[in-house]
Amino acid sequence: MPEMIVLQKLRKRFGPVVAVEGLDLRVGAGEVLGFLGPNGAGKSTAMKMIAGFLEPDSGTAVVCGHDVVADPVAVKAAIGYLPEGAPAYGDMTPAGLLDFVAAVRGLDGAERRRRIDAAVAHCALAEVMRRPILTLSKGFRRRVGLAQAVLHDPRVLILDEPTDGLDPNQKHHVRDLIRAMAPGRAIVVSTHILEEVTAVCTRAVIIGGGRLLADGTPDGLAAGHGSLETAFRVITAGLGEREAARA
Amino acid sequence: MRNTGLIFKRELRNYFATPVAYVFIAVFLALSGALTFYAGDFLARGRADLQPFFAYHPWLYLLLIPAISMRLWAEERHSGTIELLMTLPVSVAEAVIGKFLAAWAFVALSVGLTFPIWITVNLLGDPDNGAIVTGYLGSLIMAGAFLAIGACLSALTRSQVVAFLLTAVACFLFTVSGTEIVLGLLRGWAPGPLVEAVAGLSFLVHFEAVRQGVIDLRDLVFHVSMIAFWLFATVVAVDLRKAD
Repeated sequence: MPEMIVLQKLRKRFGPVVAVEGLDLRVGAGEVLGFLGPNGAGKSTAMKMIAGFLEPDSGTAVVCGHDVVADPVAVKAAIGYLPEGAPAYGDMTPAGLLDFVAAVRGLDGAERRRRIDAAVAHCALAEVMRRPILTLSKGFRRRVGLAQAVLHDPRVLILDEPTDGLDPNQKHHVRDLIRAMAPGRAIVVSTHILEEVTAVCTRAVIIGGGRLLADGTPDGLAAGHGSLETAFRVITAGLGEREAARA
Repeated sequence: MRNTGLIFKRELRNYFATPVAYVFIAVFLALSGALTFYAGDFLARGRADLQPFFAYHPWLYLLLIPAISMRLWAEERHSGTIELLMTLPVSVAEAVIGKFLAAWAFVALSVGLTFPIWITVNLLGDPDNGAIVTGYLGSLIMAGAFLAIGACLSALTRSQVVAFLLTAVACFLFTVSGTEIVLGLLRGWAPGPLVEAVAGLSFLVHFEAVRQGVIDLRDLVFHVSMIAFWLFATVVAVDLRKAD
């Protein structure tokens, strides 16, 4: 299994606050990795560092053979990234935004049109293509963010809470989309919805206090605790107290 | 280059996606016209040139340029779109330059739309059109320097209001540093070279010759270095503050 994402002792602090503390992780092609953890566990910070938005204090992430510290632009070219909250230029239309992102990603002419059409079909955006993103519902905005992330057919996808704020039908749709994209790719998905992990992820890690607390298949993690939810609560229990004790 | 061009196009198009662009142009034209005719005494002077028109440009830019530059980075940070932009395969410098050039092109368009006053002065008399072209170009390059200061200060905050105020104050200082009031205050006690240095940092001083149609290499170097320095500072500021 070729390794597409390798985190090496990734570390980030914000002042006195530890966000990510020495994270080591390897994700291979075909894996859909669920990134779990309580709020403030460092999930988003870790994802921002993999995507090249934040520079690690020490350690690095290697994506498709490119080191994010040494060559962030090469990593960004290889990755499709959906930031938390799916930010997008509100005054633009999905058509305008996707065209801009496709152009920056080096897609031109017929190829650009083909990739945009495919992403629009995947994310069911056709009916809102000419409306300002500002006026779209949360579900559509999230799908614009997803379309933007998959536009260039990336081999590595980093999705920060892709189903947050979607209704059950939309969630189902996004999960189908992730499953359909999985073969040959490495996908990292952060979520608070544990049933989602069981539904789409081939592997799950639990992060707390910036450290890796558990790593296994969703079934493997759940085993011995009855359910993934119990496992999550047992594994992350007392995290707050431990943090306080360390300080 | 390609990315800078793409960002430039996206930004410039965005100005016209909202009424802001049209309001800005209208205000700019109204103010520049009013200042020239009433405050500048354009007609009663009885001379066919555009000096009263250009004389008010630094003061006009003081108010209007911060309104353009304030959103450059503060809005990206406030809405989180900076995370979208900076995780595309573009470098910070490409983004900074693309956005700056789009803002500059927009200001150039606004200044260009004052052309009726050029026609007017040609109808009324026989002006030195070379001097007028020089005045326009000088005014534009000064606007670029104002914008570069504004871009940098906009990258330091998430609030557009704060960005506006900081830019207005900074540009004000770089403008009045050449007035007699400021220099007179200094002359009493400060050593001569210091007074010279303060005056040398003033937009007013460096715009004085060019608005009369005289190109002095020192003025050109001043404005170009202001733009280069502040854009470099913008790259550093965006890099440091993008994720805060």
